[in-house]
Amino acid sequence: MTDLTSLTLAEARKGLAAKTFTSLELTDAHLNAIEAARALNAFVMETPDQARTMAREADARIGKGDAGPLAGIPLGIKDLFATKGVRTTACSKILGNFVPTYESTITSQLWRDGAVMLGKLNNDEFAMGSSNETSCFGPVGNPWRRDGSNTTLVPGGSSGGSASAVAALLCMGATATDTGGSIRQPAAFTATVGIKPTYGRCSRWGIVAFASSLDQAGPIARSTRDAAMLLRSMAGHDPKDTTSVDIPVPDYEAAIGKSVKGMKIGIPKEYRLDGMPAEIENLWSEGAAWLKAAGAELVEVSLPHTKYALPAYYIVAPAEASSNLARYDGVRYGLREQGRNINELYENTRAEGFGAEVKRRVMIGTYVLSAGYYDAYYLRAQKVRTLIKKDFEDCFAKGVDAILTPATPSAAFGIGEKGGADPVEMYLNDIFTVTVNMAGLPGIAVPAGKDAQGLPLGLQLIGRPFDEETLFSLGEVIEQAAGRFTPAKWW
Amino acid sequence: MSVDAATVRRIAHLARIAVSEGEVPHLQGELNAMLAFVEQLSEVNVEGVEPMTSVTPMQMKKRQDVVNDGEIADDIVANAPATEGHFFLVPKVVE
Repeated sequence: MTDLTSLTLAEARKGLAAKTFTSLELTDAHLNAIEAARALNAFVMETPDQARTMAREADARIGKGDAGPLAGIPLGIKDLFATKGVRTTACSKILGNFVPTYESTITSQLWRDGAVMLGKLNNDEFAMGSSNETSCFGPVGNPWRRDGSNTTLVPGGSSGGSASAVAALLCMGATATDTGGSIRQPAAFTATVGIKPTYGRCSRWGIVAFASSLDQAGPIARSTRDAAMLLRSMAGHDPKDTTSVDIPVPDYEAAIGKSVKGMKIGIPKEYRLDGMPAEIENLWSEGAAWLKAAGAELVEVSLPHTKYALPAYYIVAPAEASSNLARYDGVRYGLREQGRNINELYENTRAEGFGAEVKRRVMIGTYVLSAGYYDAYYLRAQKVRTLIKKDFEDCFAKGVDAILTPATPSAAFGIGEKGGADPVEMYLNDIFTVTVNMAGLPGIAVPAGKDAQGLPLGLQLIGRPFDEETLFSLGEVIEQAAGRFTPAKWW
Repeated sequence: MSVDAATVRRIAHLARIAVSEGEVPHLQGELNAMLAFVEQLSEVNVEGVEPMTSVTPMQMKKRQDVVNDGEIADDIVANAPATEGHFFLVPKVVE
């Protein structure tokens, strides 16, 4: 039994249904791949015993003919999702050995549908980062390297472990979260498919909170079809999340292969940045040409407040983070550093438990919410956010079905290469993705080509609220035209 | 706008993060880099614009004001660094 790990999720589902192989065999193949890929540091916790137990249960259900839509499919779970009885840390020292006594809604839905958990995946601490370098477990390696180079590159972030594990064929799909680009940017850096659904589509209950008005979970997968299958299980109304939307979950997979003829695709002129690498520019034109060849109509659109999205984000997100992370106080869970009084206990615990990036964001968030600065920073940023959303609404009101942009301003970079002197240098990674979170819209990143050094590049499609189906249909057109990309194994 | 060293110390205290004197200049530089970056928002005309309160047009969901969960004190304290029975232990707060 060779290479069960190279199947797509859709192919594996067929093989399991036809009993060509069992879930236990499929799961073992992935567990072996994980063991052989520890150099990537994609998993922060492997759960082989639990995986085999779940695989056996899935095999039994498949045998009885009552298998769920993901029966027997081995997945990786970002360490931001609470998993009952399995350590969950958000890759922060401050959560220490936190073992949840409950299961996040999204993961419980995946297990309901028969999926198998292989383990917990690395991410930037509290999902704050664009390179997975802020994790307390250390950086993650990208399975992709530049042609002829041995330099290890970052997989992007914050869902770096998810993207790396899917690209390196360690799991058939992974959960991820996206606050400013944390699904789409790592997907683009690793030639995987990542979708951030509309805000409210997936429950946030049981996911470690970063910026609650921006956080949204979604899958990273090997193909658009696989992503559609995963999202169907992840999405849905949850009374435990007041922002979760009570509308039916469509069969996203049915959108794969659907004609895009006559669809209007917006090309936003503001995304054409000064100094943008020619490779990105060419990829974007090529993507537009593929959609046109499939019968879509291209129109230039304007999103005039685009350039203000990232600065507004770096007020709103840290403000919400400073509030959400106030709970890590050394009293109820996680790390505790002693102090002579309660204030010292808090201050010492948080100084020891939070990494540099998290401290920086909590502090800037505290500042912009503090007396005398709230109106100048936070209130203004929330007004700008209204304008950013209106840009998209105006565009969709003109009959645009989806917007095509590059996913990232560059390909993957080396560990330690960015953000050392100025944090803003790292933040610029999210320049094309962050607008989507600010407006609560769905966005998908699909692999579309490679740069001159052989590194993958992705395109992003932005859709109307709750119209993930159109993104899957368009994403599939790009995938069919561009083909799939697999890294050469070096780990 | 930019922050001085005293403001950095004040923010750190408000955020309940212990910061040593040696860390202040570095933090000050980073915070000012972020503040310089967000400064461009001041050129946007936001007159008459409502601040965003909800990104999806939906009514806040309400539920019946009844107890629908609970009796899980063991779970609540399970991960606490110091407990006694079902209580969290902290240094003495009230003299």
